[in-house]
Amino acid sequence: MSDRAEIFETVTRLIEPFNKKGIALTESTSFAKDLEWDSLTVMDFVAAVEDEFDIIITMNMQAEIETIGQLADAVKKLKQ
Amino acid sequence: MTEAAQTADALPEYPVTVAPESDLFSKFDPLIAEREALLASGVRDPFAIVMDKVLSPTQAVIKGKETILLGTYNYMGMTFDPDVIQAGKDALDNFGSGTTGSRVLNGTYQTHKACEDALKEYFGTAHAMVFSTGYQANLGMISTLAGKGEYIILDADSHASIYDGCYLGNAEIVRFRHNSVEDLDKRLGRLPKEAGKLVVLEGVYSMFGDVAPLPDMVAVAKKHGAMILCDEAHGMGFFGKHGRGVYEEQGCEGDIDFIVGTFSKSVGTVGGFCVSNHPKFEVLRLVCRPYVFTASLPPSVVATAAMSIRKLMHAHNKRAHLWENSKRLHSGLREMGFRLGTETPQSAIIAVILEDQTQAVMMWQALLEQGLYVNMARPPATPAGTYLLRCSLCAEHSAEQVEQILTMFRAAGMATGAIG
Repeated sequence: MSDRAEIFETVTRLIEPFNKKGIALTESTSFAKDLEWDSLTVMDFVAAVEDEFDIIITMNMQAEIETIGQLADAVKKLKQ
Repeated sequence: MTEAAQTADALPEYPVTVAPESDLFSKFDPLIAEREALLASGVRDPFAIVMDKVLSPTQAVIKGKETILLGTYNYMGMTFDPDVIQAGKDALDNFGSGTTGSRVLNGTYQTHKACEDALKEYFGTAHAMVFSTGYQANLGMISTLAGKGEYIILDADSHASIYDGCYLGNAEIVRFRHNSVEDLDKRLGRLPKEAGKLVVLEGVYSMFGDVAPLPDMVAVAKKHGAMILCDEAHGMGFFGKHGRGVYEEQGCEGDIDFIVGTFSKSVGTVGGFCVSNHPKFEVLRLVCRPYVFTASLPPSVVATAAMSIRKLMHAHNKRAHLWENSKRLHSGLREMGFRLGTETPQSAIIAVILEDQTQAVMMWQALLEQGLYVNMARPPATPAGTYLLRCSLCAEHSAEQVEQILTMFRAAGMATGAIG
């Protein structure tokens, strides 16, 4: 499995505990529109992703990330 | 002449037909609907209270009813202090009603310097800078201290003014879990070593009234080479031997680079400030936009603040009485079965956590009808989506008033089902 595919899989695994509505998770799933997360859920989820990959996703970066695919891209970049 | 001709230069009259997609107010429709539904249930609007008369720091008249105030942040009850009022009157007579200018141009009077001198003495620092509000003090300090390529690390439960200070500036923003030393340490450790860092903390967090573990947080911040700003909006006046704040009480004097505070709580008027010993501090007066590009406070306001600050230095008895009030209210509410924001009384704020908006508003109204005003707080101001009735005690609340408050809480809690 490629690095990117592995990241995507890990990210979707981390989303599941917060996926209260059981939405199917794809590259284009939107955190705000599809998952309907509020800012507190975002905070908890971002902390989980940061701890998993040992990275920091600043609030400035978070503002640019709308979909799971974009998050996986950002994580890949930050890990380098 | 027609009506239209007379008002030809006035703003458009509503209702005019605006297509929902071009009406900038459409985004507020969910909030408007929520509020309308709430008010349709017959409750009073918790965000539209008018104090018709204010009798003292702890009593006002609301809709003809004499009401005990338990939601004012007026911790030290300085608003009706005769010396404070006299200082304001004298300044009005001698300096006029306002400065009509920026601190860096025509807006610095002798009164503003005297107020900064009082702050320097109160906090024992070399520098003090007075802003027009506490909100602007955070806005100015945070946006100016951390620039592009530098980092602000803030507690997730930070006050709106701290978040807004981040958004006004160009720094990278990193949040850590509320009051978690471990989370702060982890996040600081992942940031580039060479980049400038500002850790922003609060002595007391205003929603639940809990205090920060400052010594541990300071140690972690220092380990990673970060500067520290601590907001003592709710700590000044009450905590520490000199009333400097939670950082004094916890023995962190000399460890915090910047203390931000407000005049609109213990000091009893309006305004904000930052005190520091940083040798280059004074340059901020030239580069801090929320300081430069606004009018300075009226001389009467800074004169009342200066007098109040000087009196607060010696307010040991008031501090002791305020602690007694806080402890009594906390234990009384707990015994009745209310769920509170903190296990133990940690500050002069006691937050009663309710199930939902309906219960919170019902409870709030039941208290008001008995003659007690508390703050109702709701998301997004509150953490974790909670609905709170927030009580803030005053050193001028008598022991009898605290007992009256408890009696009213028991009745309101029983009537609304908040307690059994």
